[in-house]
Amino acid sequence: MSVQTPPMETPAPEQKVPVSEAPARPGLGERLRAGVRAQALQIVLVWLAIVVVFSALAPGSFFDPVNFRNIAISVSILAVLGVGTTFIIVTGGIDLSMGSVLVFSGVVSSMVMERVGGGQGWLSAVVGIVVALAAGTAWGLLNGFLVAKAKVPAMIVTLGTFGAALGLAQVLTGGIDRRIVPDVLVNSVGFGSVLGVPLLVVVAAVVVIIGIVLLNRTRFGMHTSAVGSNAEACRRVGIDVDGQIIKVYALAGLLAGLAGILNLTFFRSTTIGGNSLTNLDVIAGVVIGGTSLFGGIGTVFGTVIGLLIPATLRNGFVILGVEPYWQQVVVGAFLVSAVYADQIRRSAATRGGRRPELLARLFRHSRKDS
Amino acid sequence: MSAEFVYEARGVDRSYGSVRALEGANFDVRPGEVAALIGDNGAGKSTMVRILSGAEQPDGGQLVFEGEPITLTNPTEARHRGVETVFQDLALANHLDPIQNMYLGREIMKPGLLGRLGFMERSLMRAAGKRAFDDLGATVRNYNGPVGGMSGGQRQAIAVARAAAWAQKVIFLDEPTAALGVVQTKGVLDLVKRIRDKGVGVVLISHSMPHVLEVADRVHVMRQGRRVAVVDAKQSSVEELVGAMTGALDGKEAA
Repeated sequence: MSVQTPPMETPAPEQKVPVSEAPARPGLGERLRAGVRAQALQIVLVWLAIVVVFSALAPGSFFDPVNFRNIAISVSILAVLGVGTTFIIVTGGIDLSMGSVLVFSGVVSSMVMERVGGGQGWLSAVVGIVVALAAGTAWGLLNGFLVAKAKVPAMIVTLGTFGAALGLAQVLTGGIDRRIVPDVLVNSVGFGSVLGVPLLVVVAAVVVIIGIVLLNRTRFGMHTSAVGSNAEACRRVGIDVDGQIIKVYALAGLLAGLAGILNLTFFRSTTIGGNSLTNLDVIAGVVIGGTSLFGGIGTVFGTVIGLLIPATLRNGFVILGVEPYWQQVVVGAFLVSAVYADQIRRSAATRGGRRPELLARLFRHSRKDS
Repeated sequence: MSAEFVYEARGVDRSYGSVRALEGANFDVRPGEVAALIGDNGAGKSTMVRILSGAEQPDGGQLVFEGEPITLTNPTEARHRGVETVFQDLALANHLDPIQNMYLGREIMKPGLLGRLGFMERSLMRAAGKRAFDDLGATVRNYNGPVGGMSGGQRQAIAVARAAAWAQKVIFLDEPTAALGVVQTKGVLDLVKRIRDKGVGVVLISHSMPHVLEVADRVHVMRQGRRVAVVDAKQSSVEELVGAMTGALDGKEAA
């Protein structure tokens, strides 16, 4: 086979410059994961430290079962919202609407209960619960549809529904809080308890446990992480990415509806004006809990601890007579620290393993082959 | 002759607006061979792979799979036929571990109610997944860590092994050695040989002539949207391949 072409004159497609790479570091992946675990552990320790400090400063009043019961109750409704929000943030999305959806669900539920059985009795209660869950789910489906199908950024979609749900609640009520809740519901869910544990806390704990199992042990949870990690990879292997996103937002909506009924039974009011910052409290808790705002990874357990920290601070400050406004300052610092820790983790991962992928991507773009 | 091919493209056309990416291009691969696909930038290699893997549809021409004409409307249909593709972006979910990536979209569910509730056979997938990686000699050092924290060579090996584990008939590898170091490149090329030995048709798209000559059985050379030569890699040289690619050397099999 004779070769007529002088090889030197035709520039052979340059072999890619090999990226000088240290031999694969097995520890990095482990370190990345350990880092996540570490953050979950770290915040548990931080929370315990806060508890210890307050207990030392106010042994009688802070370190008391009744007080812990109060803290748990104050976190319960946020925790129910936090489970849904964790799933959404793991997909790489965000939900600003849950406080308004909570209010809207409560309002609609209360209005329906008023018409069914005059707002009293179990029939009225059950119908009210179903209505609240349905109303929440409907908003969640709307959010999910707009994010997944209309491709509107989640922040804008949920900012829109944040305003719309609250506005509709005000239209329906004329801006005046509804207070119709069946007594049976208030006495059971709102203030009842099982073995000394408030039913509100029991409901929240059940939701949290289901959330943990769902995210860590099921295909739904894994696809949620996968979609947040690399949506294109999911599409390639035939996962219905849009469907998964819609389901996750619908789940969050369902939980916001549940939170709506819990809120209604606990406060005996639709608290129309009281939930404008709920979304920020919940998102702060999720992020402090170690869930990455960039998607792909997160823990429901971390979210619960992330919500407990502000609640404990608020409670402790009140007991100590510190101006409760300080709690906002401290929580703000926690929030920024938590995201900073997440960034450190991410850049460690990038240094370890993403460079070749990035290079490959650069080549792919510059090559524009056919 | 053509009956022995597992997958063929016959006279495939594809245009993007006024740009004709493929003009009557042919391609074929046998079971258990490594068919390299080379060509300069813009020669149509990637378009050919996207069409054969179902990611795009041809404007004209025919795809023939195991002797039967087929049409593919999406990559899932290609995968159902045992055709897998590893694109350059690898398409790994960085936060999941290698086994989760291997079974992503193909999870084995528990039987009965638990399965319907979404619970997976985690230990079964873990064991089978490890075996699949080991069979291919893809040395995954850490099965429990997220792949995002692993080196480029590891990630490439995982992506290739994942595709190989599912590819019953044909596997397309788009520049699998780009951006890899010497040691990792050797690992991936060894992986390619083992996949070939399983009886799968391997299609290797590469810019690296030495790598192509090392592992390929036949080399398909594309230029300006056509296959201009099919060369026996054993009797070829870098000079000949480059000549065919650039058109300095004409007169081999005109497609």
